[in-house]
Amino acid sequence: MDNLSATEVRGLRVTRGGREVLSGIDAQIRAGRITGLLGPSGSGKSTLIRAIVGVQRISAGSVTVLGHPAGAAVLRTQVGYAGQTAAVYPDLSVAENLRYFAAVRGDDPAEVQRVIDLVGLGGREKQLASRLSGGQLSRVSLAVALLGRSRLIVLDEPTVGLDPVLRAELWELFHRLAGQGVSLLVSSHAMDEAERCDELMLLREGRLLFHDTLARLLERTGEPDAERGFISLVGNMEVAA
Amino acid sequence: MSGARTWATARRVLQQLGHDRRTVALLVLFPSVLMVLLRYVLDQPERFDRTGPALIGIFPFTIMFLVTSVVTLRERRDGTLERLMTMPLGRLDFLLGYALAFGLTALLQVGVVVLVTVAGLGLEVGGSVGLLVLVAALDALLGTALGLFTSAFARSEFQAVQFMPLVVMPQVFLCGLFVPREAMTPVLEAVSNVFPLSYAVEAVAAIAAGTDQNLVRDLGIVAAAALLALGLGAVTLRRKTA
Ligand SMILES: Nc1ncnc2c1ncn2[C@@H]1O[C@H](COP(=O)(O)OP(=O)(O)OP(=O)(O)O)[C@@H](O)[C@H]1O
Ligand SMILES: [Mg+2]
Repeated sequence: MDNLSATEVRGLRVTRGGREVLSGIDAQIRAGRITGLLGPSGSGKSTLIRAIVGVQRISAGSVTVLGHPAGAAVLRTQVGYAGQTAAVYPDLSVAENLRYFAAVRGDDPAEVQRVIDLVGLGGREKQLASRLSGGQLSRVSLAVALLGRSRLIVLDEPTVGLDPVLRAELWELFHRLAGQGVSLLVSSHAMDEAERCDELMLLREGRLLFHDTLARLLERTGEPDAERGFISLVGNMEVAA
Repeated sequence: MSGARTWATARRVLQQLGHDRRTVALLVLFPSVLMVLLRYVLDQPERFDRTGPALIGIFPFTIMFLVTSVVTLRERRDGTLERLMTMPLGRLDFLLGYALAFGLTALLQVGVVVLVTVAGLGLEVGGSVGLLVLVAALDALLGTALGLFTSAFARSEFQAVQFMPLVVMPQVFLCGLFVPREAMTPVLEAVSNVFPLSYAVEAVAAIAAGTDQNLVRDLGIVAAAALLALGLGAVTLRRKTA
């Protein structure tokens, strides 16, 4: 593995509930870039993400993250993760949630305020997570993933349910992080977010349809935007099949 | 394993309880209310002296079992456990953090129930009251450990609550509360011999009666059962799941 790739996935197969959910994924996620993981609902985005952060049992293949097998003990402070549901404690305040996760990671306590401010929740430190709006809650969860300056940050649909202004602000934040050398993997099924990513991975029914830049997708399909490019790719696959 | 992470987890669980005043009130006061009720149902002090001590062991065991099952099930369901498993938290840090937090809570709960039962309801305690509190807290810890273990087999809070009749009730029936264990048919007595709650109740009863009969052995068995349940709990706690 060269030091340009933050994650290397080889022949990854995952079976969940008796069905093959990922059928042989090969991919390299490049360091210091934002890789967008796109695909329809049920295509396996969350499963792939879970495999990369090392909580998904896999049936074949390998996942290597920052040079170590996914889930290795050394990675546990270097990989930040926010799953698709806001995995925080509803009966704790915003600050208590972050203080706990920071303590578990062994981070500097000053990290707590830094990440609260990063996600725009300054002033709500004492509010119970259960009393936050949906978008605020998902930002608490995002803040946990930003703790301690991880080298790889993996976010499963972090912008769902946010207004356009807030979404733009978060994407700015992601770009700032990438500028500092952090690698990001961000899933979404909002195709308009494809434009904000450095690279795209298009997943469909457990297979990787495409993995390159948006420009290459448009060039290859002759379509004007990611959404139509994706539909055109799927159409070509079906014609070929 | 790390002391700092275990303590951080215990503190977090206590903070969660701290935000839930109603649960704290139920945890701390409810066993005492039940004791008062029981005292007047049994009506005669001698009958209360016979049953009361066993219940001082049974209430914290049952309540902590339930609370722990539901709380850990929520951790699995809400994704917080998955998130913790991507962080440098040892499985034992997680389990011992819970045991510590609920053990401290149990100490408070049992302290109140013993105070009410001994000072308010006139239960005769032959042995040391402090020891009685400690032993009852150990019973609560056993409940916590069993709750941590069995919650791994529940898919919903509904199922987790169903484990109470499955795991707790048979132990209560056979622990000697209703019929002395020696008076049971040999088969039932043999079954009661493998249930840890039997020894927990025996220990509480021995202290109340002022005898130290089998006390060390009983406490050893309860502690070993709690450790075994924690160990099994650690095995069921997987970093990678399907
Ligand atoms: N816990 C589970 N047990 C069994 N099957 C599951 C489980 N979770 C997901 N699946 C199945 O795996 C497949 C991929 O699911 P996954 O959550 O990875 O999709 P996704 O691309 O993230 O979808 P979405 O955009 O809706 O979040 C789906 O068919 C789903 O039904
Ligand atoms: Mg998903």
